[in-house]
Amino acid sequence: MLILAIIKYDLMIKVISQNSIIPSDHNHQVYPYHHLLGIDGLTRVDIDYLLNRSEWFVEHNRQMDKKCTSLQGRTIINLFFESSTRTRTSFELASKRLGSDVINMSVESSSIKKGESLIDTAMTLNAMHPDVLIVRHPESGEVQLLSEKVKCSVINAGDGSHEHPTQALLDALTIRRRKGYLEGLEVAICGDITHSRVARSNIYLLLIMGARVRLVAPPTLLPSKIERMGVEIHHNMKSGIAGCDIIMMLRLQKERTRGSFVPSAREYFRYFGLDTKKLKTAKPNALIMHPGPMNRGVEIDSLVADDIKRSLIREQVEMGVAVRMAVLDLLISNQAKI
Amino acid sequence: MTTLYNNARLLDPASGLDTMGALLVHEGKIVKVSEKVFVDLLQVDADIVDCKERCLAPGLVDMRVQMREPGNEHIETMYSAQKAAVAGGITTFAPLPNTNPIIDDVSLLEFVQRRALEIGLANVHPYAAITKGLRGSEITEFGMLADSGAVAFTDAKYSVSNSLVMRRALSYASIFKRTIVQHPEDPYLASKGSANEGEIATRLGLSGIPSIAEVIMVERDLRLVELTGNSYHAAHLSTAAAIEAIRQAKKRGLPVTCETAPPYFALNEDAIIGYRTFARLSPPLRSEQDRLAVVAGLADGTIDAIASDHDPHDHNRKDVPFSQAVSGAVGLETLLPISLELVHTKAMKLIDLLHRLTVAPARILGLPYGTLKLGGDADLVIFDLNRIDKVTPERFASKSRNTPFDKRPIEGRVWRTVYRGNVVYDVEK
Repeated sequence: MLILAIIKYDLMIKVISQNSIIPSDHNHQVYPYHHLLGIDGLTRVDIDYLLNRSEWFVEHNRQMDKKCTSLQGRTIINLFFESSTRTRTSFELASKRLGSDVINMSVESSSIKKGESLIDTAMTLNAMHPDVLIVRHPESGEVQLLSEKVKCSVINAGDGSHEHPTQALLDALTIRRRKGYLEGLEVAICGDITHSRVARSNIYLLLIMGARVRLVAPPTLLPSKIERMGVEIHHNMKSGIAGCDIIMMLRLQKERTRGSFVPSAREYFRYFGLDTKKLKTAKPNALIMHPGPMNRGVEIDSLVADDIKRSLIREQVEMGVAVRMAVLDLLISNQAKI
Repeated sequence: MTTLYNNARLLDPASGLDTMGALLVHEGKIVKVSEKVFVDLLQVDADIVDCKERCLAPGLVDMRVQMREPGNEHIETMYSAQKAAVAGGITTFAPLPNTNPIIDDVSLLEFVQRRALEIGLANVHPYAAITKGLRGSEITEFGMLADSGAVAFTDAKYSVSNSLVMRRALSYASIFKRTIVQHPEDPYLASKGSANEGEIATRLGLSGIPSIAEVIMVERDLRLVELTGNSYHAAHLSTAAAIEAIRQAKKRGLPVTCETAPPYFALNEDAIIGYRTFARLSPPLRSEQDRLAVVAGLADGTIDAIASDHDPHDHNRKDVPFSQAVSGAVGLETLLPISLELVHTKAMKLIDLLHRLTVAPARILGLPYGTLKLGGDADLVIFDLNRIDKVTPERFASKSRNTPFDKRPIEGRVWRTVYRGNVVYDVEK
């Protein structure tokens, strides 16, 4: 598998043309969409294709000169209805490295008059002829609704508890680069599944790619009937991560300790926080991931988070920029096809 | 003025009559129900309407309709609601008190009745609120409201969740012989939920309303009914468990009734996929097993009535993220055709279905309508049972278009609606 990936990678480098920054698309059936709204509905071929294109940008971003011009003259709007630093920065950097003009719009959710002005905002932006809208919103389904109202491409940068597709892609890329493959891996996703769009996108993606997924969480943080998505459920951290290749930790938002999801942060850490002791049951070479920002001492112990041999947390951030460049580049080139 | 509705399939669910015949109306009253079609028409001194073997039944009685007058007349007015009702074959309906202001006071109740009479296309018998401002804490003036025409009491889309308030409402209403109508949903279990708890809500990242939220409230209320002895009606049931609870309560002889609405037997939770806010309802659309239980409950009579649960909204309230969208769908004009699916799929006999749409809800509310009895008001619906059509919101008389049945193929269409002897709706006009 690893060898195959390397060969694939070599092949790709060779087909890069001078004016199009990315290998030309020989198969027009692969990922023909104008939007990236979620992982649900994508095929294994689509995902492989996106990851392969991302690989190219990983190398590109490690060069001294990171600027390319494939998106020169294009306008990209980062429309964030929810606070975010890393995702927004990552998208902004990705857009700039591709040569496009980027505008950041942060709309405090308190100042949105729910719904009505949101559509108005979309229509206003639409009239400015952007090429891509990158949207984060606290409500599930909002990004899809917005994509139906505007003419440009829309990327879901996280909608409510629904999906966060670029996060799942960057996680997959991170794993694939370390392990060489995704198929057959045992992946444990631990923490607040109910409120996590990262969890949902990752579940979809990992299952599509043939990995096995376990969810480890207290029942209060697991949404109803989640097992029907094809995952295994565990309520005990030690048995839940036993024999795992990958452990994905999720952020426990502080407000969850109110409202009877969990009684306190310290109790949560005792039973569901990842520390060296619990980690022993996983495979010796098990890798640890976290979408950030981390709550040290709540869901993850600092010793584990900072273990450079096992923690992929910094690599995830690097992959984020590459994946987002690949997605932007692909959506823009799909626009040109009609 | 005398009119003969000739050559019709007469259906009177109150008596079980289902025969070809003719109906004679004089001065707005039914004066003759003939089990024979008149052939020698020259002998008849009346206007003759040839129904061409269409079904002729009592005008439908819709016990759950939301109006927006007073307060939100751009969404629905008394006029548009009555127009929509008669276009759907409904000649009697009971509007809920959740207008703005809320109908919790005699003067407001009288306003609604006065507006209804001014338009005069259908009987309108409004509910009054159980609690002031629908806040669930202090009961309204049941006696004065009942004397002023409150047909029953309900807190509309809110549950009376405080057990003590519910107990007192049931006890106190018994003096005035009024039914307490509950929207059964535990507000804590349902909090912030926007879809049926289950796989679909989980996949869509929406917080769920568990189906037990319904049965928990129904079962608590049944205990209070047992204690107080007052009649109780559970509105728009959507779950198998709640229907079973009512079934058992009826076996125990409790004075309880219940109703459902077309979405709960014609759709399931799959209808919300793609964040279709028109399919966001309260209670939410449930699982397929629940839907089948609603059909079974209708067929065996556990569910007494079908109401439209008409709940009009404008685009501003629906064209928003799913969890922010208000719940509810219009239903006046789809009540009959969607209900007829139960007949076409052979789940129910036509006469039984019409029972749930006419005399049953009329009896729950203590109203004399929904039958073809001699001397009664000539409130009639004449419909084509097999006419193929599709739901076309653009043609709705209602001011709102939020239907989850958009473009659904239907079989059965209202031909004419007659209210007190006058044709108030004619599909050909």
